[in-house]
Amino acid sequence: MSTPLLDATGLVKRFGALVANDHVDLRVMPGEAHALLGENGAGKSTLVKMLYGLLQPDAGHIAWEGRPVHLPEPRAARRLGIGMVFQHFSLFDNLTVAENVALALDAAEPVPRIAARLAEVSRAYGLPLEPGREVWRLSVGERQRIEIVRCLMQDPRLLILDEPTSVLTPQESEGLFVTLDRIRAEGRAVLYISHKLEEVRRLCETATILRHGRVVARTDPRAETAGSLARMMVGSEVAALRHAAAPPEGPVRLSVRGLSVAAEDPHGVGLKDISLDLRRGEVLGIAGVAGNGQEALFAALSGEVLAPRAEQILLDGDAVGRADINARRRKGAAFVPEERLGHAAAPRLALSDNALVSGHAASGMVRHGMLDRGRMLGWVDAVTQAFDVRKGPRDPEARALSGGNLQKFVVGREVLRKPGLLVVSQPTWGVDAGAAGLIRLALLDLAREGSAVLVISQDLDELLEMADRIAVLFHGRLSPAEPVAGLTREAIGLRMGGAA
Amino acid sequence: MTLFEAILLTVITASTPLLIAAIGELVVERSGVLNLGVEGMMIMGAAVGIAAAITTGSSAFGVLAAVLAGMAMAALFALLTLGLATNQVAAGLALAIFGLGLSGVVGAPFVGVQREGIGQVAIPYLSDIPFLGPVLFAQDPFVYAAFALVAGVSWFLFRTRAGLVLRACGENHASAHALGHHVLRVRFLAVLFGGACAGLAGAYLSLVYTPFWTSGMTAGRGWIALAIVVFASWLPWRAAVGAYLFGGATILQLHAQSAGVPLPTQLLAAMPYLITILVLVLIMRLRRGGVAGPQSLGQPFVPDR
Repeated sequence: MSTPLLDATGLVKRFGALVANDHVDLRVMPGEAHALLGENGAGKSTLVKMLYGLLQPDAGHIAWEGRPVHLPEPRAARRLGIGMVFQHFSLFDNLTVAENVALALDAAEPVPRIAARLAEVSRAYGLPLEPGREVWRLSVGERQRIEIVRCLMQDPRLLILDEPTSVLTPQESEGLFVTLDRIRAEGRAVLYISHKLEEVRRLCETATILRHGRVVARTDPRAETAGSLARMMVGSEVAALRHAAAPPEGPVRLSVRGLSVAAEDPHGVGLKDISLDLRRGEVLGIAGVAGNGQEALFAALSGEVLAPRAEQILLDGDAVGRADINARRRKGAAFVPEERLGHAAAPRLALSDNALVSGHAASGMVRHGMLDRGRMLGWVDAVTQAFDVRKGPRDPEARALSGGNLQKFVVGREVLRKPGLLVVSQPTWGVDAGAAGLIRLALLDLAREGSAVLVISQDLDELLEMADRIAVLFHGRLSPAEPVAGLTREAIGLRMGGAA
Repeated sequence: MTLFEAILLTVITASTPLLIAAIGELVVERSGVLNLGVEGMMIMGAAVGIAAAITTGSSAFGVLAAVLAGMAMAALFALLTLGLATNQVAAGLALAIFGLGLSGVVGAPFVGVQREGIGQVAIPYLSDIPFLGPVLFAQDPFVYAAFALVAGVSWFLFRTRAGLVLRACGENHASAHALGHHVLRVRFLAVLFGGACAGLAGAYLSLVYTPFWTSGMTAGRGWIALAIVVFASWLPWRAAVGAYLFGGATILQLHAQSAGVPLPTQLLAAMPYLITILVLVLIMRLRRGGVAGPQSLGQPFVPDR
């Protein structure tokens, strides 16, 4: 047996009381495509950050080609031949492509010469890039190309990719796989982090599976099924959802007509001529790659940003486009924004106060200007029970909850009010499978009871599972909503990339 | 020398301290740190500069001491905001107030002491050019230094790798850290440079512009320097334009007063400040849809390890 390229043994990393990595072993052979699988929060990112020198392990050893190494900083890892493509891109929006590449290279080199080399490498790997363009002008797929190209320019022996397809359309993902095949054909090893099982089965010949910071299995993913891999990741059966076959035919609850909103932030995307209808009892999914106007759409529907004209948004036939968020709540609407800590919930306020934040307009927690604390706490208890929110004290600060539990709370807070219309953005982003299943089920139940539910999500599988109809948001334009029964992943994927 | 030449000369001397302080703050802000304490660092430079010059009898030593004083104040700010990750706005305001107070103590023994200012250095031959010569090539060393600083900073920021790293730290400190750049070290050096520039600007006030010490002699110039950085949209050459615009307005209102313009003198004296506010408002309106400064500006950075 040959020497492993990378051999990490007994790595431990603690953050306070949380043990993010608990004696993790990982062995990558030369030229191998190795998958690192696990749920959100299983410790995958912590592990690779240690391998890239960004975090220092509390215990354990790392060996490179059989020799023990110490990685105090990313530079040391790069010198060995370890390159990394980050999940949340480590790019600088206001700098050019060439400048972004220059920042990742260790040797000082004039930017014009880097631009020339960049053009060469990007041609060789079929990853077209314009060196002189500023990053904020580029699509997400192009941004990822920069990350990959700048790794390849350092001639790495091991390329680490942290959830590279989470932000790509299916077609862009397919392009990435072709590139990775080419990279592997040159004898470079790839460490591929993902929780998308089909991708891993297509790309990798070895998989290390993490759960709660521990290695629970090492296997050949091609010999497994997606189901058996999922069981290893989650540790139990994943509940599957079923939705009704025929789209509901209730009266229209939410109607949007020709809505255009300018982007708030200079690099953001606004809305262009959006129209949609949402009926009672229906779940409408808004698909799309992040940054195509989802934030603007949520803000316009919730009333955080007012529409140009009142009649552009109709709620139960009433023009509410110029009404603020509380007026819309009083008419039976509820909203769950994407960012749970900081937008949906105030981090340093107790859960009861956070219940009040969205409930003060319509749930009787305020009487004659005075807070009814009993009612607020009762609301917290009700949400806790209905949504299995796990927390220590009865009424902790919002920031004390884990991501999944806080998400259950902010969704539960709105769902329990039985709103006539619920608009929810990325309902299960970064949430473990158990909590995600519970949230999706609650949203479906809400719709079955006659509410209208609008789900904005980047997770196509989630939408296919939940939605009755799906529309795609691309560059601020919304495609017509179509019944899920007649849609394929490919068709939606093409629209997500703006091709249809 | 014509009146016009004389006005131009006074405009240059009024603008130079603003330019020096602004160029230092520009580098600081490009690295992602907002140091509102320019006024405090500047006046400490003025006080320590003249104290050292009178004590040792050497202007050069005074300038050096002023620069070191500015850097010491900046190091204090860096300790708070970079070392302890405190709020940059609060720390900067505290630094400004602290500097104003401490400079009064340092300068107290020197109140009323007059000394010879640093004179002008005429560049041979070039200064003999009619009109342009005396205006451009017979200035005090600080004027040349100010323009050398603008050119040097511009070259550093946009032509060198270290400058690129500095801008990257200001744009997105998390990414810069992920790539293995030492964000806090870069910011510390930038803050020190800003302090040195503010100290130098202070030395200009007490050793050249009005060569004696009075407490509070910076008279808000540190705040104007901050405004100039925004005015310049963080570009060095535009900072020069901004500094001269403000310096020009200051001098013109003086001449307007002496020419008997029928406006209250208080209103005329307020003109440069009003113009600054007006220009800033205009720029903010015009730049809707453009780039709004370094994106990590003012955010504390704490590496997770």
